[in-house]
Amino acid sequence: MITVNDLNKQFGDNEVLKGINCEIKPSEVVCVIGPSGSGKSTFLRCLNMLETITRGEVIVDGFNLNDSKTDINMVRTEVGMVFQQFNLFPHKRVIENIMLAPEKVRKISRSDARERAIKLLEKVGLAEKENQYPSQLSGGQQQRVAIARALAMEPKLMLFDEPTSALDPELVGEVLEVMKQLALEGMTMVVVTHEMGFAREVADRVLFMDEGIIMEEGDPEQIFSNPKSERTKEFLNKVL
Amino acid sequence: MEGKFNWASIIDFLPELGTGLYYTLLISIVGLLIGFVLGAIFGLGRISRNKLFFGISSIYIEVIRGTPVLVQAIWIFFALPLITGYNMESITAGIVVIAINSGAYIAEVVRGSVQSIDKGQVEAGRSLGLTHNQTMRYIIWPQAFKRMIPPLGNQFIISIKDTSLLSVILVPELMFQGRLIASNYFNAVEIYTAVAVFYLAITLTLSFVLRYIERRLDVQ
Repeated sequence: MITVNDLNKQFGDNEVLKGINCEIKPSEVVCVIGPSGSGKSTFLRCLNMLETITRGEVIVDGFNLNDSKTDINMVRTEVGMVFQQFNLFPHKRVIENIMLAPEKVRKISRSDARERAIKLLEKVGLAEKENQYPSQLSGGQQQRVAIARALAMEPKLMLFDEPTSALDPELVGEVLEVMKQLALEGMTMVVVTHEMGFAREVADRVLFMDEGIIMEEGDPEQIFSNPKSERTKEFLNKVL
Repeated sequence: MEGKFNWASIIDFLPELGTGLYYTLLISIVGLLIGFVLGAIFGLGRISRNKLFFGISSIYIEVIRGTPVLVQAIWIFFALPLITGYNMESITAGIVVIAINSGAYIAEVVRGSVQSIDKGQVEAGRSLGLTHNQTMRYIIWPQAFKRMIPPLGNQFIISIKDTSLLSVILVPELMFQGRLIASNYFNAVEIYTAVAVFYLAITLTLSFVLRYIERRLDVQ
C-alpha cells in the first residue's frame, strides 16, 4: 500500500528526515512513536504530500508522489487524514463537514452523501449531533467527527497525526475506541501517537523514530518488552 | 442665542440638500461596490504566488494608501485629462476616486482576513482531495468573509465621509451643496449643521445594518 525509499525532507538547512525506508501492507496498522522533534509528524505528512518531498520516493497505492504527472488530489481522495487539532470546518454543521468532500470531490448526490454521513455518525457514536456546530462539541466528539469526515471519502488508508494529544485525558478513550474498531475492520492505518497502550494493543508493527530516521521497528511485543536499540530503551523508560 | 439663528430656514433648502444627499449616496454605493470588487481581486493578488499579480497588487495598494484622497481626486479630475486628452465628468471621476481608494484598503482587509484563517483548515480541505480553488471557495472564503465585516464597515464609513472631499472637483454632493447655499445665504451655522446631521444619518444607518448582518452570520 505504501513504499518509502530513502525519504529525505529539509526545511531550509534543517534536515528533518534523513533517509526513511519502509513498507506498509494493506490492512496493516503501524504506530509511529518517538520523542518530539524526531520527524514522525513530518514523515506522516509526506505520505499525502502535505509536505513536499525533498529527496527520495514515496509510493502510495501505486502512485509515485514525487512524480509531477501524479494527480495529488486524486491520491488524497484515497488517503484519509486525522489531525491533532481536529481541523473541523467551524462554519459548517457536523453533517455538512462530513458531506462536503464526497459531494464536491466524489460528486455523489446530496442525498447519498447525507445517508453516508448519517451512517458514519452512527458508527462513531454521534448520531444525535448531526445538526450541531463543531464548537458545540467536546474535543473527543470533534475528533470522532473528524474521523467520520475522513472515512466519508471511503479511503484505502488512514493517517492519524497524534489524534489524541490535544484531548483532555478522560476523552482519549472514546477516540481510541473508534480507531480500534477501524483497525479490526481491516483499515490500513499509520498512527503517530504517544498512546503506548494503544500501540501495544492495536498495532501490527511499531516504528520508533529518532533524529529523522527509523531507529528500530518490530512487532509491539518485541519493541515494548525487549527493545534492541539503546535510544528506544531510553525513550520507553521515560514514557512508560 | 435666541433668534440669532434661523433653524427653520433649513427646510427651504431641503431640495438642494436632498440633491446633495442623492449624489453622496450614489457615489458611495457605486464607488464602494466597485471598490469591493477591486479589493477582492488585489487582496487575492497580495496572497498570490504569481509574482506579477503580487507585484501589481502591491504597487496599487502602496500608491493609493500612500497618497491623500484629496490629491487623488484632483489628479484624476484635473491632471489625468491633460495626459489622456479625455475629460471625465465630475460624477464619474468621483466614483472612480472612491472606488480605487477604497479598493486599496479593502484589499488589505481581504488579505488580512484570509490569512487569519488557521492553516489547518486548508490542510483539512486539501487532505480530503478538494482542489485549491474548492478549498478557498467552500472553506476559507466563508470564514474569512465573516471576519471581514467589521473592518469593511469601518472602510465603508471612512469612504462615505471621504466623498465630501469631492466637492473640490465639483461633484454636487452634500458638502458641495452646503457650501453653495452657505456662501449665498450666509447661514453657515444652520446649513453646515444640517450637512453634518445628514452624514451622521447615513453612517449611523450603515453601522446599524452592519451590526445586524454580523449578528445574523454569527449563528454559532
